[in-house]
Amino acid sequence: MYAFDYVKPASVADAVKALSAEDAQPISGGQTLIPTLKQRLGQPSALVDLTKIADLVGIEAGSDSVLVKGATTHAAVAAHEGVMQAIPGLAKLAAHIGDPQVRNRGTIGGSVANNDPAACYPAAVLGLGATVLTDRREIAADDYFQGMFTTALEEGEIVTGVRFPIPEKSAYAKFVQPASRFALTGVYAAKLKGGVRVAVTGASESGVFRWAEAEAALASNWSPEAVETLAAPAADGMIGDIHGAPDYRAHLVKVMTKRAVAAA
Amino acid sequence: MTPRLTMTVNGKAREIALDDPRVTLLDLLRDRLGLTGAKKGCDRGQCGACTVLVDGRRVNACLTLAVGLDGADVLTVEGLAQGGALHPVQEAFIAHDGFQCGFCTPGQIMSAVALIAEGEAGDDPERIREGMSGNLCRCGAHRGIVDAVLDAQRRMAGDAQGRMGKDGERAA
Ligand SMILES: Cc1cc2nc3c(=O)[nH]c(=O)nc-3n(C[C@H](O)[C@H](O)[C@H](O)COP(=O)(O)OP(=O)(O)OC[C@H]3O[C@@H](n4cnc5c(N)ncnc54)[C@H](O)[C@@H]3O)c2cc1C
Repeated sequence: MYAFDYVKPASVADAVKALSAEDAQPISGGQTLIPTLKQRLGQPSALVDLTKIADLVGIEAGSDSVLVKGATTHAAVAAHEGVMQAIPGLAKLAAHIGDPQVRNRGTIGGSVANNDPAACYPAAVLGLGATVLTDRREIAADDYFQGMFTTALEEGEIVTGVRFPIPEKSAYAKFVQPASRFALTGVYAAKLKGGVRVAVTGASESGVFRWAEAEAALASNWSPEAVETLAAPAADGMIGDIHGAPDYRAHLVKVMTKRAVAAA
Repeated sequence: MTPRLTMTVNGKAREIALDDPRVTLLDLLRDRLGLTGAKKGCDRGQCGACTVLVDGRRVNACLTLAVGLDGADVLTVEGLAQGGALHPVQEAFIAHDGFQCGFCTPGQIMSAVALIAEGEAGDDPERIREGMSGNLCRCGAHRGIVDAVLDAQRRMAGDAQGRMGKDGERAA
């Protein structure tokens, strides 16, 4: 790691101020950032620790939405009664991110800010049509994700939370990369008051995306059989690596969509 | 700036002057406090050999900056035995051959201690495997490890019941 200063603000306002310094960067769980810094793939002047800010930690389950604050760990989401009741698919997703050690440190804010193309939370945020809350605005999921490792966040903007609408039904189905547990392909399918949404992670070179054909088919018939009649999405633009070729991932999109609908 | 930290490590209060915010908890324990039980395997959170408990929860010490742990309570494998008596999880690992070369063992044991305290795995080997999935053993001793965790869990539950003299809460 290159040298950096460490800053521990007590409020979001102080954090925003600290982040206005040139090349200052937030740190939450550090589960992605620390390995990156160890490889010297980044050189922040200062790390601004968000995990000590009381306003950024916690979960509020309301009657029509669940708010997960930015520095809340995956383990906390997985174990929260209110989340398990309101959006069991989200609690289960959190419970299967990485392993217990990673879940005890990793946060939702870090995950959606990083927007790894194989990360789990982006699928839930997009699949449920959630809203990303920041220190300065609210961003709809459809506008937030802008390609792998790319989001609508501005320089120094902090994810303060994610507000998930409570669906009628939803579930996440992940085909794991067996070593890391990241998604080789993962699908979050949700039946909401406003319609059906299907979001796919791990598959596309453009990061998390919505599978429109499946949404249309499921809107008229919410069942795995409705997905069965569809062609898999085009392999063009899918990720190809040692774990799976593009056409394999395209096939997995269909299989995981069926499994998500069956599990919802 | 030299950040000063107060930490409890294995029950003992420690004052630590950190000359550099880059020091991970793992490097702090191994290089500065002489606690070499937690191992540096991959140094990127994948192998779990550096697992220790921070405020009762297992974490990868290699991915945790020490500077963020002011006021924390840290437990490492060195803090498990009481006097000459091994912790039940340590005993169970020996009884069930839960290791071969021993490199991953301190991390496995700390992870198992936390898993049992979480009380979620029950008696189901598959859930124990899932709960221990953050700890890799390249010798392939996972069968013995699962048996050890199951056995330790049963023993600790039995002990707790014995101590309380009635059925009731499980040992934390
Ligand atoms: C072994 C291992 C397995 C994993 N498996 C999975 C998996 O199966 N699925 C999965 O989804 N993820 C997985 N992860 C990633 C994990 O979920 C991380 O926790 C997550 O990607 C980053 O969260 P963090 O809090 O650790 O962020 P950090 O590492 O602290 O930060 C990541 C990035 O986000 C920025 N940032 C952090 N917080 C904020 C914020 N609130 N606002 C704005 N920017 C912010 C940082 O500056 C940095 O650029 C795994 C990680 C490891 C080490």
